[in-house]
Amino acid sequence: MAITDAPKIVTRRLEYDDSHTLERYLATGGYEGLRKALSMTPEAVAAEVDAASLLGRGGAGFPAGRKWSMLRKNPVTYLVINGDESEPATFKDHLLIEGDPHQIIEGVMISAYALQVTQAFIYLRGEFALGLERLQTALNEAYAHGAVGRDIFGSGFSLDVVVHPGAGAYICGEETALLESLEGKRGFPRIKPPFFPAVTGLYGEPTVVNNVETMANIPWIITNGGAAFAALGEGRSTGTRLFALAGKVRNPGTYELEMVKTTFRDLIYAPVLGGGISGGNELKAFIPGGVSAPWFGPDQVDLPLGQDEVGSAGSMLGSGSVVVMDSSTCMVRAAWRITKFFSRESCGQCTPCREGSGWLERIMYRIENGAGREEDLDLLMDLCDNISPGVAWPPQQTTICVLGPSIPSSIASGIRMFRDEFLVHIKDGGCPFD
Amino acid sequence: MSHFNAALLERAQELIALYPDPRSALIPLCHLAQEQDGWLRPEAMSEIGELVGVTAAEVQGTATFYDMLHTEPVGTYVVSVCTNIACLLGGAAELLEHAEASLGVRAGSSTPDGVFTLEESECLADCDRTPCVQVNHRYVGGQTPDTFDRLITDLRAGTLADTIPSHGTLVRVRRTVGLEADRDQVASERSAMAAAQQVRAQAAAKSGDGA
Repeated sequence: MAITDAPKIVTRRLEYDDSHTLERYLATGGYEGLRKALSMTPEAVAAEVDAASLLGRGGAGFPAGRKWSMLRKNPVTYLVINGDESEPATFKDHLLIEGDPHQIIEGVMISAYALQVTQAFIYLRGEFALGLERLQTALNEAYAHGAVGRDIFGSGFSLDVVVHPGAGAYICGEETALLESLEGKRGFPRIKPPFFPAVTGLYGEPTVVNNVETMANIPWIITNGGAAFAALGEGRSTGTRLFALAGKVRNPGTYELEMVKTTFRDLIYAPVLGGGISGGNELKAFIPGGVSAPWFGPDQVDLPLGQDEVGSAGSMLGSGSVVVMDSSTCMVRAAWRITKFFSRESCGQCTPCREGSGWLERIMYRIENGAGREEDLDLLMDLCDNISPGVAWPPQQTTICVLGPSIPSSIASGIRMFRDEFLVHIKDGGCPFD
Repeated sequence: MSHFNAALLERAQELIALYPDPRSALIPLCHLAQEQDGWLRPEAMSEIGELVGVTAAEVQGTATFYDMLHTEPVGTYVVSVCTNIACLLGGAAELLEHAEASLGVRAGSSTPDGVFTLEESECLADCDRTPCVQVNHRYVGGQTPDTFDRLITDLRAGTLADTIPSHGTLVRVRRTVGLEADRDQVASERSAMAAAQQVRAQAAAKSGDGA
C-alpha cells in the first residue's frame, strides 16, 4: 500500500489563490465537461456516470448512477444538492464550496441535463457565510457566462439554480429533513416509505438529492470518461475521495486519495499526509467515517480506505472524516461529547432518540465527572439496545431516520474497547486524565 | 407599514420569487430580519408570515428549531466556540472556559453592554484549525486564549468591521441574475409543470398505491 499518483479530481485547482473565480476556472478547463455533455444525449451522459460507478460522497454511499436511474423511470422535477455538511469533524464540502464553487455548479448543470430537470437547489448550511457568498458570486458569473440559465451555451437546455441557506441544524443533512427545511419548515425527517425522494421529494414531486462532493466529481467524469474514473480505486469503491483528517495528528487537513489503494496508516502517518501522531504519543483509537461510525483500534490501521473494506470490518467510511485519538485522550470524555452532540441535535420526533440520547448523555456525564456507578455500564448498553436492538453494525433502527441508531456507536465502542478506562473513572470517582 | 426597511423588503420579494412555493423563502427571510434587527422580533416574524403565507406562530415554530435563528436579542457579535470532538481534542473546553472568564459571561448569554453573545457550538466544519471559532458565522481560525483576547479587543475597537460584518448570513449575498426572465415564459413553464403534476397525480390515483 502506498500513496498512489492518481490524479486530483476535485481538488486540483485549490493550489491557486483565486481558485474560486470564473477566470481561473475557465483557464483550467472549466465548463468543458458541460459543453461536452450538452453535445451528448441525456441518456449517454447518465450512462457515463453509471460507468464511473460513482458512490455518493455524502455518507450513505449509495451509487449515484443508480439513484438517477430510479428517476429516469419517472419524470423528475427537482435536483437538490446537499451542502449541509454537519457531521462532526467533516470539513471536505466546506473546502470545495469555498475553494471551487464553479466545479460544483458545473456538476449540477451536467446532472440536471442528464436528468432533464429545469430547477435545481443547492442547500448550504447557514454557518457557511463565506461559502454562500462564494457560491452565489460564482453562480452570478456562470449565468453571465451562459453556463446557467436559459438556452445554455446555445443548446436549448435551460436550468435555474437557487442557492438556499440553512440555519443551523445537523438533522438537515438527512435528505428528507433537508427537503422539509427547503420547504420552509422544521427539519423533521419524513416517515418512510417512500424511502426515496425519487418517489415523493420536494413539494411532493420526484426529486434527486446528491452531495456536493458527488457533484464536484461529475465534470471530470464527463471530460475523461466514466471508465477512466472506474479504473481508479478497486471493487465498488472507484475514483478518488476526500478524507478529512482531524484530531491528534501533526497535519490535520483534507486529502484527496485514491480509494482502497491507500490505508488509514498512510493517511495518519505518511509525512505528506497526517505526518503521524502529534506530540509523539501513541495511537489509541480512531473514528473511520464521522462520529456516527463505530471506532477502530490500532490493530485496524492497515485497513484500506474503501467502502466495503471498512464496512465488513464493522464500521463505515461514512462522511470520509477520520478522527485520531491518542494516548492522552480520555475515551469517556470523547464518547460523552459525541453523545451530547446527538442529544442536542435529535429533532425530537422519535422517543428512543429524543429520550435515549438525553439519558445516555447524563449517565456519561456523571461517569466522566466522578459520580458514575458500577451498574452504569450495563445501563448504558441496555439503553443503547433500546435505541438500536442488538447494538450491532450495521445497526437496527427504531426511529424514522438514522440519527437514532448512530447514537450508540461511540458509547458501545468506548465500553467494548476501553472498559477498564470506564471502570477507573467509576472506581476512582473522577477522570484520570484531569 | 412594513417592519422591513424598503431595501430589505425588496430583497425579501426577490427571494420569494425564486421558489415555486413562497414558504421556501421563510428561512432566508429570517436571515434578512436578523440582518436588520440582530434577532427575530415578533413584528418581523408576523411580517415574514404575511409575506410567505403562513401564520406568525408557524414562523416562530420553524425559527425556534434552528440554532442560528434567535427569538431573543443577542449581542452585536455572536461568538461561537465549537467544543465538538475534533475541537475537544484541540483544547476547546479550555478555550471556552477562558472565553467565559474573559467576557465575564457563561456560554449561552450576553455581556451586559450588549456587544457579545458567547455560544458553545457544535461542529463548524473547520476541523483542521482547532479550537474553531466563528464570529457572526465568519471563521476566525483556530484560537488560543491569547489570540482570543486579542480578537475580542479588536472587535471592541471596530478594526475587524470589514471582515466580520454585523448580523445576517446573507448580508453579502446578492443574486444579480436570473430574475429578468421573460414573465410569460416563466408562467407557461409553471403551468406546464402544474399540468405534468396533475397527470402524475392522476396516474398515482389510478395505480392506487398513493405513491
